[in-house]
Amino acid sequence: MTEKVTLSIDGQEITVPRGTSLLEAAAELGIDIPVVCYHPHLSANGLCRVCSVDGGMRVQLAACVTDCQEGMKIQTQSENVRIGRRTILELLASTVDLAEAPEVLQLMEEYGADGGRFLGGKQRESPVYDDNPFYIRDYNQCINCWRCVQVCADDAQFAFALNFDGRGFETKIGTFMGDGMMTTTCVFCGQCVGVCPTGALKPKRQALLEQGIDPDDISKQTRGGIRNISKKT
Amino acid sequence: MMKADQVVKTTCPYCGVGCQMNLNLKDGYIYRVDAPFDVAPNYGMLCVKGRFGTDYVKHPGRVKTPLIRMNRSEGRSAKPEWREATWDEALDLVADEMIRIAKTYGGDSIASYASAKATNEDNYVFQKLIRGLIGTNNVDHCARLCHAGSVTGLQLSIGSSAMSNSIAEMEDLEAFIITGSNTTETHPVIANFLKRSIRRNGAKLIVVDPRRIEMTDFATLWLRQKPGTDVAVFQAMAHVIVKEKLYDDEFIANRTEGFKDYLESLEQYTPEWAENISGVPADSIREAARIYAKAGRAAIYWGMGISQSTHGTDNTLSLVNLALMCGHVGKAGTGLNPLRGQNNVQGCSDSGGLPNVFTAYQRVDAPDVKAKFEDHWGVNLNPMPGLTATEMVSGAYHKSVRGMFVMGENPIMSEPNQAHTQKALEKLELIVCQDIFINETGDMADVILPATSFAEKDGTFTNTDRRVQRCRAAVKPVGQSRPDWEIISDLGRRIEKRLGIKMSTGFDYQSPEEIWEEMRLMTPEFWGIDYARIEREGGVHWPCPSFDHPGTPFLFADTFPRGKGRFWEVDYGTDSEQPDEEYPFNLSTGRVLYHWSGSTMTGRSSLEDAYPEATCEIHPDDAEELGLEVGDWVKVSSRRGSVKLRILITGRSPRGTIFIPFHFAEAAANALTLDKVDTKAKIPDYKNSAVKIEKTSPPDDLDDDYNLPLIERGVIKDPVQIH
Repeated sequence: MTEKVTLSIDGQEITVPRGTSLLEAAAELGIDIPVVCYHPHLSANGLCRVCSVDGGMRVQLAACVTDCQEGMKIQTQSENVRIGRRTILELLASTVDLAEAPEVLQLMEEYGADGGRFLGGKQRESPVYDDNPFYIRDYNQCINCWRCVQVCADDAQFAFALNFDGRGFETKIGTFMGDGMMTTTCVFCGQCVGVCPTGALKPKRQALLEQGIDPDDISKQTRGGIRNISKKT
Repeated sequence: MMKADQVVKTTCPYCGVGCQMNLNLKDGYIYRVDAPFDVAPNYGMLCVKGRFGTDYVKHPGRVKTPLIRMNRSEGRSAKPEWREATWDEALDLVADEMIRIAKTYGGDSIASYASAKATNEDNYVFQKLIRGLIGTNNVDHCARLCHAGSVTGLQLSIGSSAMSNSIAEMEDLEAFIITGSNTTETHPVIANFLKRSIRRNGAKLIVVDPRRIEMTDFATLWLRQKPGTDVAVFQAMAHVIVKEKLYDDEFIANRTEGFKDYLESLEQYTPEWAENISGVPADSIREAARIYAKAGRAAIYWGMGISQSTHGTDNTLSLVNLALMCGHVGKAGTGLNPLRGQNNVQGCSDSGGLPNVFTAYQRVDAPDVKAKFEDHWGVNLNPMPGLTATEMVSGAYHKSVRGMFVMGENPIMSEPNQAHTQKALEKLELIVCQDIFINETGDMADVILPATSFAEKDGTFTNTDRRVQRCRAAVKPVGQSRPDWEIISDLGRRIEKRLGIKMSTGFDYQSPEEIWEEMRLMTPEFWGIDYARIEREGGVHWPCPSFDHPGTPFLFADTFPRGKGRFWEVDYGTDSEQPDEEYPFNLSTGRVLYHWSGSTMTGRSSLEDAYPEATCEIHPDDAEELGLEVGDWVKVSSRRGSVKLRILITGRSPRGTIFIPFHFAEAAANALTLDKVDTKAKIPDYKNSAVKIEKTSPPDDLDDDYNLPLIERGVIKDPVQIH
């Protein structure tokens, strides 16, 4: 039998198997803790800290990576928690282009975050990588959630083509030796595109359509699209 | 940011994994494909083909109206000249010609290819027309060319022919064997689940394969047998299991027969004997036997490397013997699992797209089955099993076959010995191709009937683990194209009218769902599956005899379809063409990740940009001996023909064996292969042909893209070095 622990979340008591995360326990009670980097089908890493909750300790706890402990008293919506979340979102907004991150934008509204609060600070700057036939990488929109790195590694594909590059503010997602995707171990499964919460990774077809290019012309940009036309019908 | 007008959930049109995917549409254009995370079988994963390779749907080369060939008198191999026709004209012509040929030469002079790419409903109506109105059982499809060896072996030993266990069970394996399957390229999403079982749960993988495929990087043990010596390795593993008493007494006693005779036949097959033949160290064979036999839950996964051989049936039998003696079948996380290739190759077989069976393998020569179908269809049926796909081609060559109806297949690219296939098809009086593009077989046809693609029609596909799933119309049909079931039904009505007969269930279907309802009625194993249930549950694993039955993720829990599992003695020996002085290399053929079959679809999508040309994989030492460098043009010749292509030097190939993917019409691997078949299964020997390699100059008609060095084209690179 799995060992059980009992705790309270926002005043409601709950008993869960040991090893259950605060996020999962809260969900069971119908309490919605906001997340940005967390994805229910991937390993949790506690990177963005938006899911932080108040456990009455000096520092807040990232609910996605903190296991429930016996006797915990958790507040998910205390004033401090809300301030923390708001500030994180404001910092994100000041450095990254969030225009294509609807879930983050919605959270900002919910928490009254002012996207201009830290205006004038350093911005994330990156070239847009268009180095393969399938998807485009625009790290100006990347919030370093790590989802793409994880699906490329042990969470799905075991291709290990993407990883972190650089340190601190300079941390970006990159490839081995900064190679273009075509010379990495990438197999273009696009699991990374499927989990990207912002517009940083985007199918090329979508990107071209957004630029107003006609679908017929998109097809003509590919070798496959222009092959076998004249010959057939 | 783009917001979809509509998101349509459907099933991927490529491989047999049957991934569920969401097509995101803007003004009828599929601009993005995602996978739902909480839905079996793929749980959010896709591969490059499913996620990025569906743009062929909008390719300008799609056939938009029925076409009739104008220059028939110049012969079928002349460059075709087409004129557009109305549906009435084209279908009347097809109906008249089919009836003329059937009346002149008999119904058995018509041969037909059902399609592993079309839906279950399309295929059911197709075989109903051929059997019911033409009076022949000459219906087959490309399953003959991929898993016939597996099907025949499984039929003989346990009486079944499908993958026994489900994809969902893969994560809980303790040990498993992959043999003759380059899983990461042919079933990428399944490969991910298998990798997970290794990396997360500590499952042990044994790879038995001459090629250094990516899965060898995840393997506990890699047995690199010489091509074609599979039986020797598996028999020696069985020998070890017997000698070390690692077998499951209880399972053998209760569930199997013939073990005693089999056991005696094994005496001579020692690991040392096998080492001598296969080149696999005897101790590795012993260790593999121990890992497999001692594991609580162990499964075997195999692909074309096992079945596509003159001894494909024996290869399969030797694997079945291993599973039976260890009791690794009939439980979760075990099983005998031939990984099916096409999205609906399982379903096409299940729907009666085979020469000897109706739906769900009900035999055409069984009197009670025949009576049931005659009663329901209201016509007399032919009890003689029809021709297999390979026999259809030789039938055409010898003129016992006069007309051919090809629905969504491409025999010119997929049958072995291309020159022979071409000659055979040239002799036909009628070729009808029903397809979304004019492929290499279409180039030889009299009539092209434009069908809709997977994104333009409704129906069901059955994936490799027998899960019946929905395919849903997302975009409007291109031009005048129509769904296959609708074309066939229309043709059926026209033939009925001309013959003055009316099949009692007729061809008046209004929707694929109506067809599925008829299939349910005729097939007890499908009775518990209807469209409403698939809608609710996402998919159901057949057999499923009633609505309250949960479906069957794994088979044979209590019994085998033939009662007891039977051990078959297997002799080692090979009829394959062996390398000799004149043709010193062995040619193996297969697939690459970025292409599909004859590349009718992938060659017209952005996938072509990733893998734009055929390559000939060769071992570095062989290349050095021949004085070849990466990217050199070579002429590869066999006794059947020759192709020109560039070489890729890689340790993936063993010494003495080269590998050419069969996707590329400009360097068609099947120009080289031999049309010799397994006597039991009639499957060709795609993995063994004797060839020679000569350095040559580039062909004349190359496009400018070929000016790039081979390694700078797309993702073409040495797969071993990169992994």
